[in-house]
Amino acid sequence: MKLLVNFSRKKGRKPIIAQVVRDTGVLINVERAVIDSSEGEALIDVPDDQCRLVSDSMISLGANVRILEHGISLNESECVDCGACISICPREVFSMDNDWKLQLAEEKCVLCGKCIEACPHQALTLPL
Amino acid sequence: MHKSIDQINERIRDGSVRVVTAEEMPAIVAELGEEGALKEVDVVTTGTFGAMCSSGAFLNFGHAEPPIRMERIWLNNVEAYGGLAAVDTYIGATQQSDTLEEKYGGAHVIEDLVAGKSVELRASSRGTDCYPRRMIDTDLLLENFNQAIMCNPRNAYQRYNAATNSTDRILHTYMGTLLPNSSNVSFSGAGTLNPLSNDPKLRLIGSGVPLFLCGAQGMVVGEGTQHSPAGGYGTLMVTGNLKEMSQDYLRAATMTGYGVTLYVGLGIPLPVLDLDVVRATAVRDEDISVDIMDYGVPSRNRPAIRKVTYAELRSGTVELHGEEVRTSSLSSFRNARKVAGELKHWIERGSMQLALPTRPIDAKKSARPMHQTSKGPRVLDIMDRQVVSVGENEEIITAAKKLLKGETNHLPVINGDNILVGIVTTFDVSKAVVNPGKAHFVKDIMKKKVITTTPDEPVDIAVQKLEQHNISALPVIDGGHHVIAILTAMDLGKLFGGRWLK
Repeated sequence: MKLLVNFSRKKGRKPIIAQVVRDTGVLINVERAVIDSSEGEALIDVPDDQCRLVSDSMISLGANVRILEHGISLNESECVDCGACISICPREVFSMDNDWKLQLAEEKCVLCGKCIEACPHQALTLPL
Repeated sequence: MHKSIDQINERIRDGSVRVVTAEEMPAIVAELGEEGALKEVDVVTTGTFGAMCSSGAFLNFGHAEPPIRMERIWLNNVEAYGGLAAVDTYIGATQQSDTLEEKYGGAHVIEDLVAGKSVELRASSRGTDCYPRRMIDTDLLLENFNQAIMCNPRNAYQRYNAATNSTDRILHTYMGTLLPNSSNVSFSGAGTLNPLSNDPKLRLIGSGVPLFLCGAQGMVVGEGTQHSPAGGYGTLMVTGNLKEMSQDYLRAATMTGYGVTLYVGLGIPLPVLDLDVVRATAVRDEDISVDIMDYGVPSRNRPAIRKVTYAELRSGTVELHGEEVRTSSLSSFRNARKVAGELKHWIERGSMQLALPTRPIDAKKSARPMHQTSKGPRVLDIMDRQVVSVGENEEIITAAKKLLKGETNHLPVINGDNILVGIVTTFDVSKAVVNPGKAHFVKDIMKKKVITTTPDEPVDIAVQKLEQHNISALPVIDGGHHVIAILTAMDLGKLFGGRWLK
């Protein structure tokens, strides 16, 4: 399951992710992170059954945590199945099935958003 | 054996016609042989669905009361051509909205009309004795037009070169998003299903031939603009009634950073008259090759990296410089199949008869590049030859003095052999003065990655470099990497004086 973690870096620079890994023993996979002087945002992947544990632990250390149930969202009525997104995606989320219809492997998506502007038909959006 | 067009049309009328798509044809020929296929198949349907920028529609509004001779015309804030008498216009697919720019354009106006949405017409005129009205503003549905005729000057490219990008930055082109360092390849075209690829000698496709255009029954007008069949890049001019079209086969699109375009679904039924037609329609993706061009080179003569077939492109990856690179199609093969399939149904149901060209299209022609009587300004026309440079082993204070004396903000840095090795700006020198650290020499503070230009480069390309890298000067170098001049943003001012025009 994917979690979006936001944390402020103003009050000290606590190694939140490292701390949570040590406290819970859960191996966290960091898929994407943007960290600057004042705040950080990381997209992490954790096993489904330990999601609650990691989330609670992060919150207790002062982070905001949001469980991401969805990857990139495809509007099928706008999509024409061209495949412009396929080679753009760094995680190989998109592929063609045997009938040349676009398929999404949503679980692979790390919400980087690179495909959004590559889509000629504006059929891809980030989930709310 | 030979079949006449009348025999085939007779079979369409009596319902005994055998129609297959161009994708099915190669296997049929392989199984039955050429003679067998000729006997078995009467019609091969083709189809393509992709971005066709050179598209648009003629619209007739009818006369207002009091009447107006429309001179400037906007539909949903997208300007349409006002030079066609009083109440006609041509709306071009790539024209962009005055307010929404690349988010909305002529293609969107056309799609909105086909989707049954109302479109706002705004027009102005200077007023004449016969047409006194000066302004009009009204909402229109597609049914309110007397005529709405799609007429596309250049559609159905026989094939199209694939694209990659060797530069180190992302490019936004009409071939879609091209990742840096040749990390992806984009392509367009239906390959085995493409109409002209199934009739490369243009024996069957010509003026007056019926076709499927965005869901309507349309017609080939004749050769398209830029028609260049000698090298395998034929095009068609086509027309059809917008009022009979469907949004399933007509979609507006925006290529980010490039602009608006229209996705068009187009297919042509080909009568299987003789063995030549059988052989031509047996064409497979493997048989159609295109070049992968480097769109990182901003010139008409982009270098070709290698040849590939549509089969390779459609496989998902191609080999480039020894690496597997992923491919993206910009056109939809699924929808191309739908076009060929729908066309097959029309013919099987007897709702479309075939015809041979009333006038043939030249199959040997080549499109020429533009005849240019003036070349436009080049870097050498405006560059500053009084360039001051500094040695890499000089002290920073020397650079500061040169900057002051030379009244410039940029100093190209050279080595002992007078070869360009870096650049320092007033900013770099100021920074070194404010934060005195270990840096003593120019080489300690210079930027080693220098963006350069050459005397022969068109100024427009140099300006693109300045913009893309957010810099304000380019050292001008010769073939041996020696600095011979500098081009700064200030030199661009000379263009407005027209000094380069002699």
